[in-house]
Amino acid sequence: MDRIPILKIGDALLVTIQVDMHDRLATALEEDLTSKIVAVGARGVLIDISALEIVDSFMGRTLANIASVSRMLDAETVVVGMRPAVAITLVELGLELPGVKTALNAERGMALIQHRTADESEQAEADDDA
Amino acid sequence: MASKSEKSRLSDIIGTHEADILAEWLRLLLASGGDTRISRGQLESQCREFLAALREATSAGNIADTMTPGFERLRTMLGDISRSRATQGFSPAETATFIFSLKEPLFARIRATHGKDGEAIADDTWTLSQLIDRLGLHTMDVYQRSREEVIARQHEEIAELSTPVVKLWDGILALPLIGTLDSARTQVVMENLLQSIVDHSAEIAIIDITGVPTVDTVVAQHLLKTVAAARLMGADCIVSGIRPQIAQTMVHLGVELTVVSKANLADAFAVALSRTGRFVAKSKAPTSTGTMTARRPATL
Repeated sequence: MDRIPILKIGDALLVTIQVDMHDRLATALEEDLTSKIVAVGARGVLIDISALEIVDSFMGRTLANIASVSRMLDAETVVVGMRPAVAITLVELGLELPGVKTALNAERGMALIQHRTADESEQAEADDDA
Repeated sequence: MASKSEKSRLSDIIGTHEADILAEWLRLLLASGGDTRISRGQLESQCREFLAALREATSAGNIADTMTPGFERLRTMLGDISRSRATQGFSPAETATFIFSLKEPLFARIRATHGKDGEAIADDTWTLSQLIDRLGLHTMDVYQRSREEVIARQHEEIAELSTPVVKLWDGILALPLIGTLDSARTQVVMENLLQSIVDHSAEIAIIDITGVPTVDTVVAQHLLKTVAAARLMGADCIVSGIRPQIAQTMVHLGVELTVVSKANLADAFAVALSRTGRFVAKSKAPTSTGTMTARRPATL
């Protein structure tokens, strides 16, 4: 079965979805991502869906699930590059993905994750000093 | 109902007195309203063609039913005339006058033809009257339909024109909404906004609703949808320009906008600037050649 590659960049995991998602692929991605977050101790997950033209309710829910699971494992999920049509569809479906952070493109999404990790390390240093 | 002789009688009457009827009809039309929207020559040719078609239709088909193929040409012609009247801005009464003023000259000819035969006059007048009325109804039908088409087209154009997305600064867009928000319009607004967010790589979009007259639960719902869709794309939304009365109404209705809202566009812009790490400073000397940062907000 096909799998979606998960790349590790620094503290973050990068997932670029470039094929049409079917339900089994989405479930597999959720599982792979969860184990990978734990394995590498990732602090952020960046999911690029700029190539996705169709996002159905299942895919929407999977994205929300991934976000919840990774938050539980102390990693922040950022979904980037959503197309206007997809955004409208999701809103019409009532899936507003409340727990998921979003950014316009991968660059900004990465900046968001790095910002968070930088903030936390500063915080840690301040605690150490104290 | 119309017997065979009646049919031919009517078409005979029209045939023999065509020139007279045409002249009389034209005189009546011109007398009822000296109109500049349509030239005399044009009106005359329309009348002539119409009379010819009427003669043809009355001689061929069943007079009682204008939906028969015999009347096809007449109906098409009348439809064209009516449609062109509607787009030229004629009133319904003026459009109906075109067909109804034909009654007078035709009745006069019927009377002249039958002389003292009262029954024949009554029969023919009744048949003709019914025919003209039906054609009149058809005229109004087409007129109304073309007006509705015009209205629908204008509605579409307004929807397209009234949803501009303007760029205020790098990464900051503004969407000044004017007029009532219905679901069709929200769709257009949403699509425009989201596309502009992609085109300008915007981080913040300001939705200004100063020009929205009323905000009820439905409109609020539409606004929230737009905000949610923009957020999914990775852009933050700020709603600005909620008028005092509208704010009161919304609170009374129990509508809650769960988004950042500011009283006016300037405040929203200030928030947007500070979120993108910029600020507006006043130059020390207020000269006519002030710095860009100082001048921009003044022109807002």
